[in-house]
Amino acid sequence: MQGLLNFLTGLAVLLIVSVLFSVRRSHIRVEYSVSWLGAALTLLVLSRAHPVLVYLAALLGIGQPPLALLTLVGCLFLLVLYRFSVVISALKDGDIALAQRVAILEYRLRSLDEEIQTRG
Amino acid sequence: MIPAAAPGSLMIVVPAFNEAGAIGQVVSEIRETVPGIPVLVVDDCSADSSVASARSAGAEVLSLPHHLGLGGAVQAGYKLAYELGYDYVIRMDGDGQHDPAYIPKIVDALRSTSCQMAIGSRYLNGGLDPSSFARGLGIRLFRLVLRPILGQEVHDPTSGFVGVNRQALQVFSRTFPLEYPEIEALVVLQRKAFRFVEVPCRMRPRLAGRSTITAVKSLYYIAHVLLGVFVNVLKYEPKRKKRP
Repeated sequence: MQGLLNFLTGLAVLLIVSVLFSVRRSHIRVEYSVSWLGAALTLLVLSRAHPVLVYLAALLGIGQPPLALLTLVGCLFLLVLYRFSVVISALKDGDIALAQRVAILEYRLRSLDEEIQTRG
Repeated sequence: MIPAAAPGSLMIVVPAFNEAGAIGQVVSEIRETVPGIPVLVVDDCSADSSVASARSAGAEVLSLPHHLGLGGAVQAGYKLAYELGYDYVIRMDGDGQHDPAYIPKIVDALRSTSCQMAIGSRYLNGGLDPSSFARGLGIRLFRLVLRPILGQEVHDPTSGFVGVNRQALQVFSRTFPLEYPEIEALVVLQRKAFRFVEVPCRMRPRLAGRSTITAVKSLYYIAHVLLGVFVNVLKYEPKRKKRP
C-alpha cells in the first residue's frame, strides 16, 4: 500500500504545480484555484502523515489507511466539482441574460437609427 | 422597426436557427394571414442566410450574439415584447410546421378566457398520431406526469405553437427554461397558479430541413424534460425585495 500512497503524493504535487502554472498563465483565476489547491494540499498532507491517516481510517471503520485516503480525497474532489458546477451554472445564467440584453439593445439602437434617418 | 404597442396588441415571435429554407415563406404567410401584426424573428446565431430571408420577407430580426438554444431565443423575444408593452405574443416555429391560419383562434382563446397561455394542440380532438413510436410514447408519459402537477389534462405538451398574455410574458421574461422549454414552461406557469387552454390545430410537414431529434436524442429529451419538470416543481424562489 506504500506504493499507492507515494503515487497519491506524486499526484498531489503534480496537481499543485499544474494549478500554480495555470494561475501564472491566467488560465485559472486565483479565486477558482483555491478549491483545487486546498484539495491537492489535503491529499499531499494526508498521504505523508501516516498517524493521521491511521486515525482517520479507524474513525471511518476502514481497515486500510490508503483506502481511507482515497475515500476522503474522492469526497473532497466531489465537493470541488459540485462547487464548480454551481459557478458554471451562475456564469451560464449571466451569459444568457447578457447576450439577450445585448441583442435587445442592439435592436433598439438600430431602430432609433432608422427613425432618425427617416425623420432627417 | 416594431411599432409601439397599443392596448390589446399582438406580436408574433419566431425563433430561428439555420432556417433559411423556410423562414421567408413562414414570415410571408404570417403577414398575409394577420396583416399589420409585427413579426419578430429571433435569430439564434444562424450560419446561413436566415436573417436576410426573414428581413426580405418583412420581419423584424433580433440577432443574438451567440447561440443560446431554443429557450434562450424564445425568452429574448418575450423580453423585447414585454419591454415594448405588448399584451399578447404568439410563438411559432420557423420551419413552417405551424399554420398561421390558427393565429386568430389562439388569440381569441387568450382574449376570451382568463387563461394566461393558449396552446395550439395537435391531439385535442381525438387520437394520438405522432410521427414516431418513441415520440408517441414520450407524449403519453409526459401527459401522465403532468396531469397531477398541472391539475388538468394537457393533450399536446410538446407543442411549440403557443400564445401567452402579458402576465405570462412578465413571468417568462424572468424565468424560462433553456433547453426543450415547452413542457417546463407549463410547470413554471403552474407555480404562479396561472392557467392554460388548448386550441385544436393541425400541423404541417416542415417546409425545409429535418428534425434534429434522433432516437438517442429522444431518450435524452425525455430524461432532461422529466428532470426539468421535477426541478421546477421543487424550485425555491427567493422573495424579491421591494424597491423603496
